[in-house]
Amino acid sequence: MVSASRNGPASQRGQTLLLDGITQRYGTSLAVNEVTLDIRGGELVALLGPSGCGKTTLLRIIAGFLAQTKGHVMIGGQSVDGLPPNRRSVGIVFQNYALFPHMTVAENVAYGLDARGVDRATQRSEAQRMLDMVKLGHLGERTPRQLSGGQQQRVALARALAVNPSILLLDEPFAALDKNLRLDMQIEVKRIQRLSGITTILVTHDQEEALSMADRVAVLSQGRLEQFSPPTEIYDAPDSLFVNTFVGSANLLGGVLVDCDRTAGRVRLDAGGMVETRAPKGDLRPGARVTVCLRPEHLSVDPAATDVDTLNGVVEMGLPLGATVVHEIRIGDGSAVKVSEPRIQRAELLAPGTPVRLAPVAPRLASVFAAA
Amino acid sequence: MAATLRDVTTYDLKLAAPLAAGFVLFFVTPLVILLALSFQTDPQGGHYGLSQYVNFLGDRFSLGVLGSTLWLGVKVTALTLLLGYPVAWLHQRSPGWARGVIMLFVLLPLLTSVVVRTFAWVVILGRQGIVNASLSWLGLIDTPLKLLYTEGGVVVALAQVQMPLMVLPIITALSRIDPNLADASSVLGAGHWRTFRKVILPLSLPGIVAGCLLTYAAAITAFITQSLIGGGQMLFMPMYIYQQASTLQNWPFAAAISIVFLVAVLVVVSIFNALGRLSRGYANA
Repeated sequence: MVSASRNGPASQRGQTLLLDGITQRYGTSLAVNEVTLDIRGGELVALLGPSGCGKTTLLRIIAGFLAQTKGHVMIGGQSVDGLPPNRRSVGIVFQNYALFPHMTVAENVAYGLDARGVDRATQRSEAQRMLDMVKLGHLGERTPRQLSGGQQQRVALARALAVNPSILLLDEPFAALDKNLRLDMQIEVKRIQRLSGITTILVTHDQEEALSMADRVAVLSQGRLEQFSPPTEIYDAPDSLFVNTFVGSANLLGGVLVDCDRTAGRVRLDAGGMVETRAPKGDLRPGARVTVCLRPEHLSVDPAATDVDTLNGVVEMGLPLGATVVHEIRIGDGSAVKVSEPRIQRAELLAPGTPVRLAPVAPRLASVFAAA
Repeated sequence: MAATLRDVTTYDLKLAAPLAAGFVLFFVTPLVILLALSFQTDPQGGHYGLSQYVNFLGDRFSLGVLGSTLWLGVKVTALTLLLGYPVAWLHQRSPGWARGVIMLFVLLPLLTSVVVRTFAWVVILGRQGIVNASLSWLGLIDTPLKLLYTEGGVVVALAQVQMPLMVLPIITALSRIDPNLADASSVLGAGHWRTFRKVILPLSLPGIVAGCLLTYAAAITAFITQSLIGGGQMLFMPMYIYQQASTLQNWPFAAAISIVFLVAVLVVVSIFNALGRLSRGYANA
């Protein structure tokens, strides 16, 4: 393991990680319910979900802090079930970084090497190399408390990577940083992850973070895996109503499925009008009550024409948001719909009270799910 | 956030005044009188000089009493630490309800009189006491062991009596350690023992130093326990001072050994403090 790290992390290919039917039971409640994830070597996977969805529990199971009730964890094809954390070869960056306050930065980074019985000289040079990688080579003699939040996070990352782990776990690592620094660190972490090629699991409740950083995103809700797909697919083709509403924003419209095949469907909306949708998820037949999800940017506002058989409404409010304009429209059934359009296409805000017609900007953008 | 003298308001001074006045009246003044008394050359008064100190420091018996008292404190402190740390650790690792139970057991000694606790130890350690009865019932001994009126007995009894003073500061120090630190250590490849030695122990040092100071100071001045468990054969400083003052009416000499005792304790306490500072373990911010 140590000799491998001397060769430099770039030469290493990431290990695969397989979570096979992981279930975690606390008393009568299921924190994690039959989650299976097959993660490729070198991949960055985000576990995304609201608090209490089981993502942190999964992380603790991978690290070995928790023994799962059922299922198996395989790293590089080898089962690590029953192995304690210190023999699993994983690295963690905690949300609060968890740097050892009584040690210097360099001692923190060298800690794992020391625990592996590496000699002092190698410890020193390796720690320096890792600190150089996170651009903190000059701060080795400081104590963690003398560093800023972003610097502490880099140290935590260097410390986790110094032992050349098979899997890197990031537990809400950017939550404690302010917004500007967060973006810098996200880019930095992504850079280092690419450089080292290490398989990485990012736990987060921040959808933007998950979508921007991850190769694939696993969306979890109440212990269940809702969807495991690349970010664009999560956003454009959500598998469930939960994913559709949790990731990005969505207008939910009630309706009745008129007809459908494998590629598309048509729904008559309760508020008026007909929309052409993607193929419905689940076993839905014509005549079924459904919920149509239309993202704000899927719709456009047409103030010129209203008709009996279209989705009509009245402008409640318009907000210019830099590159886009958002209008809130009160539609026929009394609910509010948000529409987001590029400013280039709509320079002027529509006045409140203007009657408008809403139409999808293209067919088959909307997702359809069984009515909740 | 280091406060300076400038930050003290007149309100702070007024609020602290009653206690300060009591402190001056009932602690500082007697201490000054004690100091003055210690320089009297004979009990009837009159002449002043260093003769009482010369007497004490030139007397092997007196120095022996001082030495054995300070050494007794070291032994009690070591035993209390050895037994107390695991209790504090257990408290830290237990679920909520168990913590309450452990805390109750730790605090229980404080809720009973020290005289009662000490007599309980007399009963436990006596020739027909619980320890001897159990050992002979098990067939491990033929004749009762001498436990009462031994230094070992004094150390054990004092350790039990002073246990809360050790356990409470350590619990406080342990509870301030971020639980993620132990997780971070184990993920980095450290076993339980290394994690304890490299992370938990250094970070709990402030609690250990505070606990040792309290225990040490309480143990060497524990007049009742020392006298009742130690009996007449063992003499420690508090009893020595009492004998000189009360029985022999030699107030100047009693005052002088009190001052010597005080200085000796201050020296030991400063050594403890210096050790605490030298170790780089500080509580988490």
